[in-house]
Amino acid sequence: MSEAASELSVLDELPGDLMMWVLIISELLVFGAGLTAFLAVRVTDPVGFAEAQNLLNRTAAGINTIVLVTSGFLAALALPLREAGQNARARLALIAASLLGVLFLVIKGAEFADKAAHGINWESHAFFTFYYLLTGFHAAHVVFGVLILWLVAWRDAPRNIEVGAAFWHMVDLVWVLLFPVIYLLQ
Amino acid sequence: MKYQSQKIAYAYFGVALALFAVQILGGLLAGVVYVMPNTLSELVPFNIIRMLHTNSLIVWLLLGFFGAAYFLIPEESEREIHSPKIAYLQLIILVVGTLGVVVTYLFNLFEGNWLLGKEGREFLEQPKWVKMGIVVAALLFLYNVTMTVLKGKKTAITNILLLGLWALALLFLFAFYNPSNLALDKMYWWYVIHLWVEGVWELIMASILAYLMLKLTGVDREIVEKWLYVIVAAALFSGILGTGHHYYWIGAPGYWQWIGSIFSTLEIVPFFAMMSFAFVMVWKGRRDHPNKAALLWSLGCSVLAFFGAGVWGFLHTLHGVNYYSHGTQITAAHGHLAFYGAYVCLNLAMITYAMPILKQRDPYNQVLNMASFWLMSGGMVFMTFTLTFAGTVQTHMQRVIGDYYMDVQDSIAIFYWMRLGAGVVVFLGVALFLYSVFMPRREMVRPGPIERHRLEDDPDHIPAE
Repeated sequence: MSEAASELSVLDELPGDLMMWVLIISELLVFGAGLTAFLAVRVTDPVGFAEAQNLLNRTAAGINTIVLVTSGFLAALALPLREAGQNARARLALIAASLLGVLFLVIKGAEFADKAAHGINWESHAFFTFYYLLTGFHAAHVVFGVLILWLVAWRDAPRNIEVGAAFWHMVDLVWVLLFPVIYLLQ
Repeated sequence: MKYQSQKIAYAYFGVALALFAVQILGGLLAGVVYVMPNTLSELVPFNIIRMLHTNSLIVWLLLGFFGAAYFLIPEESEREIHSPKIAYLQLIILVVGTLGVVVTYLFNLFEGNWLLGKEGREFLEQPKWVKMGIVVAALLFLYNVTMTVLKGKKTAITNILLLGLWALALLFLFAFYNPSNLALDKMYWWYVIHLWVEGVWELIMASILAYLMLKLTGVDREIVEKWLYVIVAAALFSGILGTGHHYYWIGAPGYWQWIGSIFSTLEIVPFFAMMSFAFVMVWKGRRDHPNKAALLWSLGCSVLAFFGAGVWGFLHTLHGVNYYSHGTQITAAHGHLAFYGAYVCLNLAMITYAMPILKQRDPYNQVLNMASFWLMSGGMVFMTFTLTFAGTVQTHMQRVIGDYYMDVQDSIAIFYWMRLGAGVVVFLGVALFLYSVFMPRREMVRPGPIERHRLEDDPDHIPAE
């Protein structure tokens, strides 16, 4: 059993919970596969993809990047604060992080509404199928992440904060990958 | 047998195996019709044979799951089943329903009758009264096992098993909703068909496999549970949205092609994890359990499930591939090895483990049982290969070149003959399995000198409980 015990301790050294890491890896696989498929289909129609991409609001997405990264920073800040016994400040950091998440959703929602107003939907072009699938799926994760941040701000054991922040950083990371590929890559 | 009520499982396994025999005979007959199309065409048309083949499969697997639950829950919860009477009542309802189905199908009684006639929806053909009976039986079962677990010890294995069984019953309710719009009909239909075999059944499979590994290898419960949670998470993560791979061509929105392709590709992960789990447990385990046949079935289950469900599923799950291969013999190849590997082998593993205990004749003749594993599995794998080749040729001739369906069928007849041969081997394997489980009384093979030496002197050898 000693081998098993030593192997398990490697998993136990993961910050937070093993199941969260299983989820994070699964999510990265899905978004990775989605981005790969996007790039593969783009090869078949580079001009159409570039034209469709020009209809996106790069400024809003750029602002959203700053919003989400700042939010991630605040969530990361919560853990050392909580471990130093500054529970109120840790909670404040988590709430602030979640509010920035809400701001992200507001900006993203405005972007979706603007597309809809121009009659663009997921059937308009292959580019928009991927655009809606990937950023829509990501936005759903932001909603879920905000709820998780509230949950761990309420049940604020350090381990919970660690698990919640790990999920939030994944949401963060995925956006940082989506933004250049979908909005900027020409 | 520690608990008297585990005996319930014996009745369930008995009925399950009887239906297993019916299923295999139906399959054999269908295989004959493929090469001699007029066989019994007036008396029992092919569509009826196929219905019997698939329906009896599902029912015997379910009975096997119920039996497994009645066998393992007392041991896990450390108490008797809440009410053995309810358990037997549940079995009677299911048997009556099954007989009703067979009679209704064979003689096409009450055609078009809302309550009594068959419904003509693939796999969900059962008349409505039978469906209602299934729901009543499921409620009795859930009440019975849930009460047992609630009053007893709760383990990860029983928690996951109950989660799977509850979800199984709830999803079956979609069998009652049959919209007239064909696209919607298919959409909800998959809520039962797909979310069963590629969702909640995987939870049942993982928990039964975990129980077997715990008993057969003696690995710490803590380690087994960690694996179990990871497998279950991977199964649900990939399997639920993986439903999308059935929505490519039924009139659902186009985005399902990407959702289905991506998520169902990941469906291979839980099957790979289950295979790794089984082998790592055996490798790490120090218990030398005498029931080697159960171990063989468990390992065989995880490997053949990985290939049948995982690899053969992936083979045609990407929508670009499926555009051509949809509904050809490729699907049949996948269906056969996936059901056999994942769920047939799982049930046979559990039955092989439980039967000697239930019949109190431990140890028993393992050699015949193990031979039946190789016969059945060899036959099934060969059948999968022949159908895969048949499907590949069919896809090319029919979908790429554009030949007529029946012309193509004539061209691939050689594969159907080989499939029939494979079916005969599977049948022999099943007969041998049934004989080995029910007939011999005592162990007939004495250990040879090497094995005897190992049992006596190997420091790693710890006798089973």
